[in-house]
Amino acid sequence: MTSPSATELRPVRVTLAGRTYFLHPGTTVLDALNEAGADIPASCRSGACQTCVLQAVAGHPGPAATEGLKEPQVVAGYFLACQARPTADMAVATPAEARPVPAVLASTEPLGASVLRVRVRPLAPVAFRAGQHATLRRPDGVARTYSIANLPAEAEDGLEFHVRMRPGGRMSPWLAAAAPGSELRLYGPAGSCFYVPAYNDRPLLLVGTGTGIAPLAAVLRDAVESGHAGPVTIVHGARDAHGLYLDDRLRRLAEETSGVVYRSATMAADEDVADAAHRALEAFGASAARTAAYVCGGPATVHRLRRGLFMAGVSLRSIHVDPFERPPA
Amino acid sequence: MSENSLYERLGGAPAVLAAAELFYRKVLGDPALTNYFDDVDMDAQVAKQAAFLTMVLGGPNAYSGKDLRSAHAGLPGIADAHFDAVIGHLESTLTDLGVDKESTGEVLTIAESVRGEVLNR
Repeated sequence: MTSPSATELRPVRVTLAGRTYFLHPGTTVLDALNEAGADIPASCRSGACQTCVLQAVAGHPGPAATEGLKEPQVVAGYFLACQARPTADMAVATPAEARPVPAVLASTEPLGASVLRVRVRPLAPVAFRAGQHATLRRPDGVARTYSIANLPAEAEDGLEFHVRMRPGGRMSPWLAAAAPGSELRLYGPAGSCFYVPAYNDRPLLLVGTGTGIAPLAAVLRDAVESGHAGPVTIVHGARDAHGLYLDDRLRRLAEETSGVVYRSATMAADEDVADAAHRALEAFGASAARTAAYVCGGPATVHRLRRGLFMAGVSLRSIHVDPFERPPA
Repeated sequence: MSENSLYERLGGAPAVLAAAELFYRKVLGDPALTNYFDDVDMDAQVAKQAAFLTMVLGGPNAYSGKDLRSAHAGLPGIADAHFDAVIGHLESTLTDLGVDKESTGEVLTIAESVRGEVLNR
């Protein structure tokens, strides 16, 4: 029997971590999973608090389940389990689930005075979006998370990372000295600091401090290659002129690409990166409130910038941040 | 949830998310309140504001407000004046959204009912 009514009555199957759960029509993914003991954390159950977020690996949760999420989260398959009433089978994952991929160090070279360009070749395919980050773990267990600086189309020779050299640090001196071929494990990629076509006609504001400019330069190039139509401003904040290690490249990119503006701000010249960001926002004029913003770098600055942009009228749902938390020494 | 709840009339979930940002911006912009939000995760906070607004607007909700007590416990010097200020920002948000006086009064009455939870009484 394959009549439509018979199909509708069949419970929808949802798999999570190798286990299959059955959903009766109208039941939410959250209720079905938790009634069967999956223990998905939840709070408001009305689609507002976002505690119960899951990721769709296959299948669709239905439109109500992505209401209120940020566009990159939607693209990455995230949905609210309490609002998900799928009509067809799904495979889902909890956001924390991560399987490492074996990888080797491919090459390193200095990029300016204090940044190391590191290429890592995964030994299995790794899907990522320009602007995401990945965690590198050495065999001895020391692990650090870095943003990916290149685009998927450029990644045949591996993922590129811009690593701030920290004398006395546990990872960066090791990377600088390690031989090509050294074994690593790669976790992720993860993070929602990536371009989505839904932003096509909106102003884009990319603000990075230090090596936070690396993922944003990739996001910028991804946006340009995707045919982004709105104005774009990329702002790099650094301690001094030496810290503006992508200055030449970004200057050239801005000159060659209509609609793209590059600004820099250094503490040495008493320039505040937040002021530069706000001037960029003002230059967007009437469309400033529709700006999609990406902010990467030191946590204190990232949080200050996010708050400033929000107070200036940018929706929090359109502000994507990646604070570079420093692990305890 | 009644079909004519203010939540539905304002436009449901998308409208409430926009209202939550408006509300949160007013609260953050208030010098008497802003320091309390220095270390909070802004995305999580605006989601909580949306859950709170969903409740007071009569939306579909299982939000009991019971975590309001734990969320506000231990905030230094938190008092009636702070709660009054937040209620004022809620009223101003509703005014901005064009909500009539009578409905606003009903919402503020519901909001008022959590004063004891927030101030840990």
